[in-house]
Amino acid sequence: MTMETALGRVRGTGSAEAGAGHWWHERTSALATLILFTWFVVSLARLPALDHQTVSQWLTSPLAAAPMLLLVLATFWHLQLGLIVVIEDYVHEDGSRLFWATMVKFAAVLAGTLAAVSVLMLALGGGSP
Amino acid sequence: MHRNPDRPMSPHLTIWKWGPHMLVSILHRVTGAGLATLGAGLFTWWLVAAAMGPEAYESFSRWLNWLTGVGFEADKTAWGWVKYGFGAAIGVGLTWAFFQHALSGIRHFVMDIGAGYELKTNKMWAVLTMVGAVLLTAGLWFWVIMGRIA
Repeated sequence: MTMETALGRVRGTGSAEAGAGHWWHERTSALATLILFTWFVVSLARLPALDHQTVSQWLTSPLAAAPMLLLVLATFWHLQLGLIVVIEDYVHEDGSRLFWATMVKFAAVLAGTLAAVSVLMLALGGGSP
Repeated sequence: MHRNPDRPMSPHLTIWKWGPHMLVSILHRVTGAGLATLGAGLFTWWLVAAAMGPEAYESFSRWLNWLTGVGFEADKTAWGWVKYGFGAAIGVGLTWAFFQHALSGIRHFVMDIGAGYELKTNKMWAVLTMVGAVLLTAGLWFWVIMGRIA
């Protein structure tokens, strides 16, 4: 005989947990990445060259630096959401799943910060000449 | 998580009949994982190199040249074929992965609103994302190579 209600017994044992939020973030970041990446490819194609001088000069304009920063944020937000879904599907043991999900988040934050700081340095003129 | 080993397991990949929709779903994952690691790594390296200065940018460019086959004309030895063949396979593979992931991602948007689940329609769009990705990849590299020759 247990005092636990039927609802209490099943609560938290489903697979969904925070799934809906994750799903929406994946979709919105996908749309943002799609739009920003199209801008990125077209912009690169329109540059006269892709050498250091041209690219760093281009990123001093706020009209290039702002979408580039957004592209970095959207891309890294999207890719860690996606990689975590793959890990959740194929890593079955709780401990290793938590470990790999954390590693993916750390790696995405590290690489994303590196990329974002680089864009800001070029935009604000702190990059090497 | 506790799993009762006496309960039956859901059958996995090996028992299903292959179809374009299954292939496109797997491709979406594989290309996504490739872009998230190799693609994002190259993208980050490019930005960091640009911020660090001409020397760092130069060393990034050398790697990018390898991936896009620049310099192959000057090195038509057996080793050159292997080296540039491998590089181009990664370079072309990454652009294809981008187009495939983008197109199957758009297909996901359509299916998210509840459309395109009829068997024939679903199959047709699955095939079209794969055909489209190959055509866009070919088009991009045609444009890149033509631009280099001209």
